[in-house]
Amino acid sequence: MSTTETTGTSEPTDDVALFDVDHPAPVIEPPRARTAKTPKSTRGNFEMYGWLFMRLSGIVLVVLVLGHLLIQLVLDGGVSKVGFAFVAGRWASPFWQVWDLAMLWLAMLHGANGLRTVINDYAERDNTRFWLKWLLYAATVFTVLLGTLVIFTFDPNIR
Amino acid sequence: MPAGTLYRGREGMWSWVAHRVTGVLIFFFLFVHVLDTALVRVSPEAYDDTVAIYKTPLVNLMEYGLVAAILFHALNGLRVIAVDFWSKGAKYQKQMLWTVMGVWIVLMAGAFYPVLQHTLRTLFGS
Ligand code: HEM
Ligand code: HEM
Repeated sequence: MSTTETTGTSEPTDDVALFDVDHPAPVIEPPRARTAKTPKSTRGNFEMYGWLFMRLSGIVLVVLVLGHLLIQLVLDGGVSKVGFAFVAGRWASPFWQVWDLAMLWLAMLHGANGLRTVINDYAERDNTRFWLKWLLYAATVFTVLLGTLVIFTFDPNIR
Repeated sequence: MPAGTLYRGREGMWSWVAHRVTGVLIFFFLFVHVLDTALVRVSPEAYDDTVAIYKTPLVNLMEYGLVAAILFHALNGLRVIAVDFWSKGAKYQKQMLWTVMGVWIVLMAGAFYPVLQHTLRTLFGS
């Protein structure tokens, strides 16, 4: 491997300039460049926003979910204290209602979008993929709506 | 099986497999969890009877497993984000994985007693 420069010995052809200001070289269009004739893209940026959402929601979920687990499973006797009275005490505070609501929506959408990727990866037949995703979306909408309803309609004096 | 995968094993692939498996597990848990929490709208008894299942030794142990899955998914998720957004992320991905595993082991050791204390106290007395 030699990187020695050849100095001073220019080839004879170098003396003849093929192109100059008055005779510019022809412009070569870059391959796949978008021109006026290129059809408009029919795809949006959905996958890119999905990718970004996985990362942004992930960062927020670290705080929401690990905080939730700390409260439910670690502090104050672990799982022993969990029960109706405990939930009534927590949902008396709007702070924890908003916390749980954000956790519900972000975790469900993050998880559903993740599962959509998994289905796309493993279900190879169009039909299977279609029905699995339909099932996923139905279960996701149902769970998010049910969880939201439960937070907003919780009644500590139900009995 | 997905056709023509190019993965060749090693840490990068196994951490991806574990991230995927834990993510799917947590999603299925969350689905059940929202259903059991919804029982607070039925009656205090229905809710408390169901939560009693969470306090049996086997399910309590599964909660420790859930903590393991979430801690791995969370820590490795932060690593994936660092690989994507930090200019040196790809270069240090392996070191970051070992950091993730180290932090995971420490947190799992610390969570052992708090999470399982209900079972430990009922089985071996206080
Ligand atoms: C075994 C461990 C867990 C226990 C014992 C537990 C316990 C509870 C309890 C008692 C509530 C009622 C409200 C409150 O106190 O905040 C609740 C609600 C909730 N938890 Fe957990 N939790 C656990 C794990 C998780 C995990 C891993 C996630 C997320 C992936 C999660 C997500 C939620 C959500 C979204 C709600 C609100 C449900 C609704 O809107 O009806 N929980 N949890
Ligand atoms: C605790 C904080 C969390 C963080 C930091 C996090 C981070 C991430 C990231 C960055 C990805 C994208 C991976 C990639 O594109 O290769 C991902 C994927 C995923 N996450 Fe999470 N996540 C968290 C919580 C959750 C929860 C609570 C669930 C379930 C409800 C979940 C389920 C999933 C699933 C199913 C995938 C798709 C896996 C795949 O495509 O292989 N994650 N997570």
